[in-house]
Amino acid sequence: MTQENSEKIGSSALSLPFANYQLDTAYDEMFTAAGKPRVQYEALYRRLLDLAPSELKQRQQTADVAFLNQGITFTVYGHGEGTEKIFPYDLLPRIITADEWTTLERGLTQRITALNLFLKDIYHDEKILKDGVVPRELIYSCKHYRREMRGLRVRRDIYVSVVGTDLVRVNDGQFAVLEDNLRVPSGVSYMLANRQVMKKVFPGLFGSYNVRPIDHYGQALLATLRALAPPSRPDPTIVLLTPGVFNSAYYEHTFLARQMGIELVEGRDLLVHDNVVYMRTTAGLRRVDVIYRRLDDDFIDPLAFRPDSILGVPGLFNAYRAGNVALANAIGTGIADDKALYAYVPRIIKYYLDEDPVLANVETYLLDEDAQRQHVLENLDKLVVKAVGESGGYGMLIGPHSTADQREEFKRRIIADPRNYIAQPTLALSRAACFIEGQVEARHVDLRPYILYGEQITIVPSGLTRVALRRGSLVVNSSQGGGSKDTWVLF
Amino acid sequence: MLSRVADSLYWLSRYLERAEHTARLLDLTLNQALDLSPAIAGQRWQMVLASLRAPALNTINAYQLTDHLTFDLKNKDSIVSCITSARENARQIREQISSEMWEQLNQLYLTVRRADIDSIYWQPHEFYRPIKEGAHLFQGITDSIMSRGEGWHFIQLGRFIERASSTATLLDAHLRVLLKQGEQAAGGHDYLSWVALLKSCTSFEAYCQVYTADIRPERIAEFLMLNAESPRSVRFAAEAIQKSLETLVQLTGSRQAGRAQRLAGRLRATLDYAQVDEIMADNIHAYLDNIQRLCAQIHSAVQQQYITYSIETALAS
Repeated sequence: MTQENSEKIGSSALSLPFANYQLDTAYDEMFTAAGKPRVQYEALYRRLLDLAPSELKQRQQTADVAFLNQGITFTVYGHGEGTEKIFPYDLLPRIITADEWTTLERGLTQRITALNLFLKDIYHDEKILKDGVVPRELIYSCKHYRREMRGLRVRRDIYVSVVGTDLVRVNDGQFAVLEDNLRVPSGVSYMLANRQVMKKVFPGLFGSYNVRPIDHYGQALLATLRALAPPSRPDPTIVLLTPGVFNSAYYEHTFLARQMGIELVEGRDLLVHDNVVYMRTTAGLRRVDVIYRRLDDDFIDPLAFRPDSILGVPGLFNAYRAGNVALANAIGTGIADDKALYAYVPRIIKYYLDEDPVLANVETYLLDEDAQRQHVLENLDKLVVKAVGESGGYGMLIGPHSTADQREEFKRRIIADPRNYIAQPTLALSRAACFIEGQVEARHVDLRPYILYGEQITIVPSGLTRVALRRGSLVVNSSQGGGSKDTWVLF
Repeated sequence: MLSRVADSLYWLSRYLERAEHTARLLDLTLNQALDLSPAIAGQRWQMVLASLRAPALNTINAYQLTDHLTFDLKNKDSIVSCITSARENARQIREQISSEMWEQLNQLYLTVRRADIDSIYWQPHEFYRPIKEGAHLFQGITDSIMSRGEGWHFIQLGRFIERASSTATLLDAHLRVLLKQGEQAAGGHDYLSWVALLKSCTSFEAYCQVYTADIRPERIAEFLMLNAESPRSVRFAAEAIQKSLETLVQLTGSRQAGRAQRLAGRLRATLDYAQVDEIMADNIHAYLDNIQRLCAQIHSAVQQQYITYSIETALAS
């Protein structure tokens, strides 16, 4: 560090490249006050002051080229047949301390355990409904509730094997859960790729921090899937079922299949005979025991669910019912990440585990309750409204950033189908330092850690930090102009 | 290997071979037509159509025909259709082929999609040459970096089944016209047309090395059908098909040598023990028809054995 730079750290005025860095009411991941980095960010801060802006730019270019060459892309819908885009990568890491991680790990483990018990209960004894903790109508009116799963035992009673929980950090710096993604959460390949690129672009800085490794995710996922195999199949064949090349997460599917060394299959590669699933190979039919499916319930079997699905496998559900094949995640898990049910999760945790939730929920208004709906309709300009069955930032109204027309449109939709919407206060998501056009600026972020539930619960110490790259924007979804950054969990 | 993946590799390779074949033929014909009277040029174009198994036309408009055979997406055998299909097959199995292979094919695709008939018609060679080179580069990349597993052998099968079949068709179409002409012209034959035939198989120079520039129909037929060393000959292709089928049986294990292998053996025997003068004296058209029929049968046998087999047969074996 040069003499000049060490003076800058002490001064309150912000030096380049931080000249544009603004602190506001939102929790700042990097600074406690202007020019005062949090302990875990000190080394990064000093390094950034040391580097010439041109050098930072050059590293960003190196990173971009690495993503381009690896073809790490996703597909955006709504423009013709979908366009492939590079997922924007932000150069600077987001750093999580060991203490913060301990809390996250405890909270996520607790939450997944409870939600999994909830799923088992909902599809068997319905005790929680009988005890009136969760209203029956809420379950039966959920479009992800699968009557077909009633009374069906799943292996080890594990319904959700792969979870990506969306967390946000609110004003006091505490993490809160925004969404449980219990169906087919995506994004883990970006978490892994971001780390690979980070190690190439900032090897020295990375080495100077004591960052927990994440490279074993593929192995951990494979072990989780293996644990689900029918007991009669000691050396199970595991496959990843993808909807195909036009799916927005196709890159991730190929990536994970390669990481695990398993076959990447499409529906047309599989067939069911006598309730046994086979894949069609050049060496004949090969029995399949576990399917990591990246395909929604609706599409998985045209005989059991949507008859117009050409992506699924006819007869798959019967093979599943017969216990001859395991699916990860199980069918019907969407009931537990319904956005209206979300409001009940703290009570669900209390009910099954008799514990207080470690991670808080975000305050949520249920719109089929008259008083709450009235309040929401009067305050649409301050609230965020979400359709309960949607994901990926689609079907969403962000009050403060909306036009009067959009609010009218949502008002109409809410009144027409109140059960289909929830509202939440506009959260001041925490902000992290990002490298934007040659400067370091603050942008809103969230965090999606990936939780695996097999023989035990495993959480690879990191997560996908998604960034709303547009100034002031709160939407982090990749389909809506978001990017991502590497997330370091320290020892 | 998944049957779907094998199928895509096979077709990707087959379509690319077909595109290259058509590009060579068009490049040459457009070049030669410069030296020909309109009537003879018309005859040449009818021969091109027959060589590509396309229906004959009453009137020939070279410009329209070139457009149809090169750019017309409604014609599934046009060069652009073939390259698009090859790329689409590669895209479906993007993760199974190397980035180098994909990028080469994608580049070729982008090049042909950017062009249209007006931009190429007056300098066709500038357009067709890069297509041939692009296809060669793809094959070169494939051969130099792809491991010799099942995938590579399906690529080989696609390439050589297409080559054997299209070379036999091409030869037959030319012989039907040129041999008849030769009789009429008593003693003289259309030198340019025979050279064109060799060149459209990139075999003119190789032919000269074996037989000198003395162009004789039976030697041309011998070279294109029966030469053991030239990778453009039908016999060479048959040998490659047979080798790949043998290796596939080993690589995929248990199953007994199937119908495809028997047919490939028959195709090889037809070529290995043939004498060109006997074939010519007998009935060369029937002989070439038989080769094409065997190629088609090998294709469907491969499909049945590895790709579209029925559940019952698979479970029984």
